[in-house]
Amino acid sequence: MLIRKKRLGEIAASEITDYQTYLNRRQFLNRAAIAASASMMPLSMAHAASEPVPTFKNLIKSQYSTDEELNTFEQITTYNNFYEFAVNKTYPSQMATNFPDNSKPWRVVIEGECDKPGEYDYDDLVRPFSMEERIYHFRCVEGWSMVIPWVGFPLADLIKRAQPNSKAKFVEFTTLYDPEQMPGQKRSVLDWPYTEGLRIDEAMNPLTLLAVGLYGQELLGQNGAPIRLVVPWKYGFKSIKSIVRIRFVEALPVSAWMKAGPREYGFYSNVNPDVDHPRWSQSRERRIGEFLKRKTKLFNGYGEQVAHLYTEMDLTKNF
Amino acid sequence: MNVKQLKLGVFLISLLPAIWLIYALFTHQLGVNPIETLTRETGLWALKFLVLTLTITPLRWLVGWNFLASIRRMLGLYVFFYALIHMLLYLWLDQFFDIEEIIKDIIKRPFITIGFFTFSALIPLVVTSNNAMVKKIGGKRWKRLHKLTYFIAVASCIHFYMLVKADKLEPLQYGLVVFILLAIRLYKYYFKQASIKVHTVKT
Repeated sequence: MLIRKKRLGEIAASEITDYQTYLNRRQFLNRAAIAASASMMPLSMAHAASEPVPTFKNLIKSQYSTDEELNTFEQITTYNNFYEFAVNKTYPSQMATNFPDNSKPWRVVIEGECDKPGEYDYDDLVRPFSMEERIYHFRCVEGWSMVIPWVGFPLADLIKRAQPNSKAKFVEFTTLYDPEQMPGQKRSVLDWPYTEGLRIDEAMNPLTLLAVGLYGQELLGQNGAPIRLVVPWKYGFKSIKSIVRIRFVEALPVSAWMKAGPREYGFYSNVNPDVDHPRWSQSRERRIGEFLKRKTKLFNGYGEQVAHLYTEMDLTKNF
Repeated sequence: MNVKQLKLGVFLISLLPAIWLIYALFTHQLGVNPIETLTRETGLWALKFLVLTLTITPLRWLVGWNFLASIRRMLGLYVFFYALIHMLLYLWLDQFFDIEEIIKDIIKRPFITIGFFTFSALIPLVVTSNNAMVKKIGGKRWKRLHKLTYFIAVASCIHFYMLVKADKLEPLQYGLVVFILLAIRLYKYYFKQASIKVHTVKT
């Protein structure tokens, strides 16, 4: 009889799950959970809740996508900075499994200096827009990076609908504040709720994305479900997660990280190998899954699309 | 249990974190950025052993467990063991032994600077840790030299505090423990000084 011995560190063939099986299993678990909770609900509600979790299909391929090798679904969904859940990078994936709470509607407020403000249910907010797949580089301020296949639509599309007026110089974004759902907010690690901001021309840049999914599936809690910003030429913390408010403002918004460390985190936070974080170098990065470090590129390699936004600026001062 | 058995037990138990980390590395239990996890964990274990080392003397004073003196040196050497791996991981897997980059980093980055000096301060303590060296230097001078441990403890906490992005709770907890352990020594030192003074006044 042939017995295959398992070597140290080797994963058994039975432990390897391909992506489709993984999705099916998740869907099965989701359905099981829904079925379990539905059994305690009135019939009409149970029907609505048992709709299968939609998976994005027929996504528009984007000219802005990189053809570099993707990071795996596991890497993208188990290594997350999301202080609303926990301050280390592995816990958010364990603590955000039921986030956001499906029984509570996800509302997004659009307000401030615009002609068409409004408050939308998540579904109504995203319905008008056609979804694209955008494979972007993602560079964290801590010195690691990934390649992520996002699903989303340009923020510019949403801004055009809101019709900002001439006073709208900046856009401010706010994350949900709900310590019951986000236990990390029970401690004042940052000044909750998390906020971020962009200059209006940065917000209108075609690269700037409102993401609702990745790997063709709806965003998981730890990745900023149900809707988050993705600004690929800036450090990851600019790409605010789980957005509930988008406000057009005249004055430069002060973000949560600018409040926490004004010397260390500027408003722009463009990826720049020549401007170091005061406590560590930004010249190189470790692509998750790789052994050697790579050289970090100015604007994370998106200079062609965004360098013109900063031509008159001293990037060392406006870090 | 005799001293020999105690020492062997402590030696083996102190190796467990390293064995676990190697096992976890090969069984993919260190997350998707294992190098970061290894660097952080070895740094933390160096700090934990440092705290243990500093706990021995107060325990002898407070509860009279003098047998603990026999394992203090070994615990101290384990501080160096984990700090050495921590340092090598930085030099190798963060900087790939690029001397120019390393020097730039040490000069420019305060938390790296502190880390570098902290590690350097461990070296004379390790070199003088055997009995022959104690004799060679002389007990009094040896003791004075090994007061460097207090600097190392404080500097390690500052190093940890400075590298954390926002949540300062964990480094502050270590800082508090080290503060208490050093405060006990200061208290004892002044108390002793005072009693001596009183004595001299009387005579």
